[in-house]
Amino acid sequence: MTEIDTSYEQRLVDSLRARDESAFAELVDRHTPMMLRVARGYVASAEVAEDVVQETWIAVLQGIDRFEGRSTLRTWLFRILVNIAKKRGVRDRHDSDAELAAFTGSPTVDPGRFLPRTAPEDPHHWATPPTSWPESPEGSVLGAEVLDVASRELEHLPDRQRIVVVLRDVLGYDAAEVSAMLSITAANQRVLLHRGRAHVRQALEDYLGTGA
Amino acid sequence: MDCQDLVELVTAYLEDDMDPDARARFETHLGECSGCATYLEQIEQTVHTLGTLPPEELDPALRDRLLDAFREWR
Repeated sequence: MTEIDTSYEQRLVDSLRARDESAFAELVDRHTPMMLRVARGYVASAEVAEDVVQETWIAVLQGIDRFEGRSTLRTWLFRILVNIAKKRGVRDRHDSDAELAAFTGSPTVDPGRFLPRTAPEDPHHWATPPTSWPESPEGSVLGAEVLDVASRELEHLPDRQRIVVVLRDVLGYDAAEVSAMLSITAANQRVLLHRGRAHVRQALEDYLGTGA
Repeated sequence: MDCQDLVELVTAYLEDDMDPDARARFETHLGECSGCATYLEQIEQTVHTLGTLPPEELDPALRDRLLDAFREWR
């Protein structure tokens, strides 16, 4: 799923350069929903996010003849998007760094689920460990309701966590590509992913009625 | 490594982004602690669940606007 078919991608680039509308439509359908999500992490409203997306597609068309393929087409596309979104964004870089810092230090699992530091035995070990989730016959916890719970929790995540979780876990892009797309460090990418996953896991645990 | 440390390292572990000593301590702890083994399993199940969410639909009005922009560029 994360493999990029380079000959397929080359065909798309060639088709765009040949002004082929169906190739453009295919790219638009594939990437625009995620582009809107990412843009929304930087700008104040859905309307501005749509403008950012439109401006990005125009920049892509204007730049396609000079695209050298040193990154994948979609990485290039998202880097253009993030640059435009940052310029239009009301949340400046200072704010987003503060947002990240505010979330980096705190624990991702409720400290109340562990024995206190002063416990005579096994401090910091589980007081209320998670218990295994029931599995469907297919060997997963899937089910329409579980998907709804995961989907709803995604919408509740802080913007940067949601963007990283969607790119990594929903769309299946790899760590290096997501860091490059968003111009964030590998360490930040991992922190945001971990925090987002931990939130979604907790929501699933709450729903499935096990644990604390 | 105690349980409260381990839960913060699960993604680093799954990304294979730990030094060998830390990885060994992580795996030793996992082998002895069913709570942490379950936690790791649930994070993996969470990732799997997220991977089955359906793709988002594109608003047709925005799609039309983008195709109009394409025609203007062409």
